[in-house]
Amino acid sequence: MELMDKLTILTDAAKYDAACTSSGLDRAGRPGTMGSTMAAGCCHSFSADGRCISLLKVLLTNRCIYDCQYCVNRRSNDVRRTAFTPRELCELTIGFYRRNYIEGLFLSSAVWGSPDKTTELMIETLRLLREEYAFGGYIHAKAIPGAAPLLTHRLGLLADRLSVNIELPSEQSLGLLAPDKAKTSILTPMAQIRDGIAASKGELALSRKAPKFAPAGQSTQMIVGATPETDFQILRLTEGLYKKYQLKRVFFSAYMPVSNSKLLPAPQGFKPPLLREHRLYQADWLLRFYHFEASELLDEAHPNFNPLVDPKCSWALAHPEFFPVEVNTADYEVLLRVPGVGVTSARRILSARRWGALTFAGLKKLGVVLKRAQYFLTCSGKTAEGLRVKEDGILRHLVALERPMLSREAPEQLSLFEETG
Amino acid sequence: MGNYDMTGWPQVAYTYDGTFDGFLTCVYESYVHRERAAAFSAPGQAQISLYPGRPVETHPEHARRVRQSLPRRLSPRGARLVTYGFLTALPDREQSLYDFLALGFRRGPSVLHDLTDQRVFVLDRAVKHLTGEAHLLKGFIRFSDQSGVLVAEIEPKNRVLPLLRTHFCARYPSEAFVIYDRTHREALFYRPGEWAIVPLENFRAAGPDKSERDWRALWRRFYHTVSIEGRYNPRCRMTHMPKRYWGCMTEFQTEDTERPALPQRPE
Repeated sequence: MELMDKLTILTDAAKYDAACTSSGLDRAGRPGTMGSTMAAGCCHSFSADGRCISLLKVLLTNRCIYDCQYCVNRRSNDVRRTAFTPRELCELTIGFYRRNYIEGLFLSSAVWGSPDKTTELMIETLRLLREEYAFGGYIHAKAIPGAAPLLTHRLGLLADRLSVNIELPSEQSLGLLAPDKAKTSILTPMAQIRDGIAASKGELALSRKAPKFAPAGQSTQMIVGATPETDFQILRLTEGLYKKYQLKRVFFSAYMPVSNSKLLPAPQGFKPPLLREHRLYQADWLLRFYHFEASELLDEAHPNFNPLVDPKCSWALAHPEFFPVEVNTADYEVLLRVPGVGVTSARRILSARRWGALTFAGLKKLGVVLKRAQYFLTCSGKTAEGLRVKEDGILRHLVALERPMLSREAPEQLSLFEETG
Repeated sequence: MGNYDMTGWPQVAYTYDGTFDGFLTCVYESYVHRERAAAFSAPGQAQISLYPGRPVETHPEHARRVRQSLPRRLSPRGARLVTYGFLTALPDREQSLYDFLALGFRRGPSVLHDLTDQRVFVLDRAVKHLTGEAHLLKGFIRFSDQSGVLVAEIEPKNRVLPLLRTHFCARYPSEAFVIYDRTHREALFYRPGEWAIVPLENFRAAGPDKSERDWRALWRRFYHTVSIEGRYNPRCRMTHMPKRYWGCMTEFQTEDTERPALPQRPE
């Protein structure tokens, strides 16, 4: 088969994976090598669906022994199958990298033969790339659940980031849709990688030359909207993953109808829950950078996000006692809770107010989004000029701000599982 | 340079050679002669000014003295704001820098925190635009292999080459490459161990050979395949990757699109 055909098939098979970041690690190139990484990550392009293209995201092979219902590569699906040779994949990576098309390689694979055999092939590819091609760019590798721990360890010594997909947000769903994968077989490598990273950090503290194990950390992803879990369940799981497994990122992937299985939503007329995925990402940021807890954003009585306003506005509207916040005296953590104030603008407020009392005009210069923030702030005790709204009016205004985004998709899809959930 | 209070200093319009050292010499002259810069003009940007004009000849030693005073008087961050500020696409770039310096020399490093002051804000915003554009271009630049040398062309609004230099030299330490800035007609040249940024009036990359065309075809195939049809969202793509970058990117060119020749620079 031609390289062009292989690339097409194995890209098509890999595209549903959400993660494509190249962040978490600064490494300069050394003479005689090719490639560097930057902690902030780097997007090299954006595809027509608006997602960032940072890495060459392909499968080593789409030949699979498993039959997971939600997956396009399942054994029973009638698609063309192929596999890259390790050398083909290295040539592609280097050829793309030299032309600055990509920041590195995202290597994943269907399970071909056995988890061990698949992992060995991945190791061979990455070893060739790192040693023979002296590649110093970013490598994100998928750990294959069920592979021998020693193999996963070797994979982590070659890759910058490892990830194990948790696939679905609950054990029941996993048992139903991915009978070949048990929850423990996913969590075991996750724990192993966490411990490997911690051990490697400890060794690096003693010797600069100690081998680095997944220095850019670990991530995971789950499919949203294929199964009946609520946003609250998903967010609590996410929070648990950050806390227990020290993950760098949890990615959400709106389910795309790739199967006629009775266990999944019927593909006819199904719209992927993109807005729901968006709200989950917004909440994920609140967990990671804004000192929020999952239980503050949702609870058993309100298990799903309001599609009309973002989770931070939603929280603010439910907590009128917290507002208004006085810009000139509030703490950093308090400022972070104000809709329209972000991590950067909160820091800039702290810095700028040392020079004198801030006004609304000044806040605008600091990057505060006054359209949102004006309802929740005072400057030296004064509210924004001309602002006369009652509390129920605020919701209307905030919803109006989101209208351009909401108009693109009907929010009905969000209630898909409300009856069953 | 004892007294930094400019009230009462006469206003003048400086004409200089357009270089950073030239600008720093103007700053030096301003304080030595106790006069306030009210307008700047460099070659190619003829300006009519109400103020008495004064041509300033670039003096490397005077420029060096001002440059070395920046980290001390404004903090290293402030010095960076000034050097980067000179690379921005800010209209009235020199005047904005001069006004910021005048404020900074009077108030010291803490001036950087005063982000609501118009003079600080304008410069800070322009530098953010510059660093933002440089960051995007670190990803969006596309090289072609021309007999072993990597060649790229860009059309940035700001003069980003000095910011791209460190990144690409660290990324391709063993390669030889050229990045040509079509907007400002400058080129960054690198080969292992040395680099240079030089003005270059005209530059035209040779057409791709067979192997290069094959690589481009592979990339375009990957680019179109990796997109998920059911998530088609052109607006989101445009937000992250504004259209003005597309012209220089492989994925938006078809096999035989040739880059148009540079227009003649207006005299």
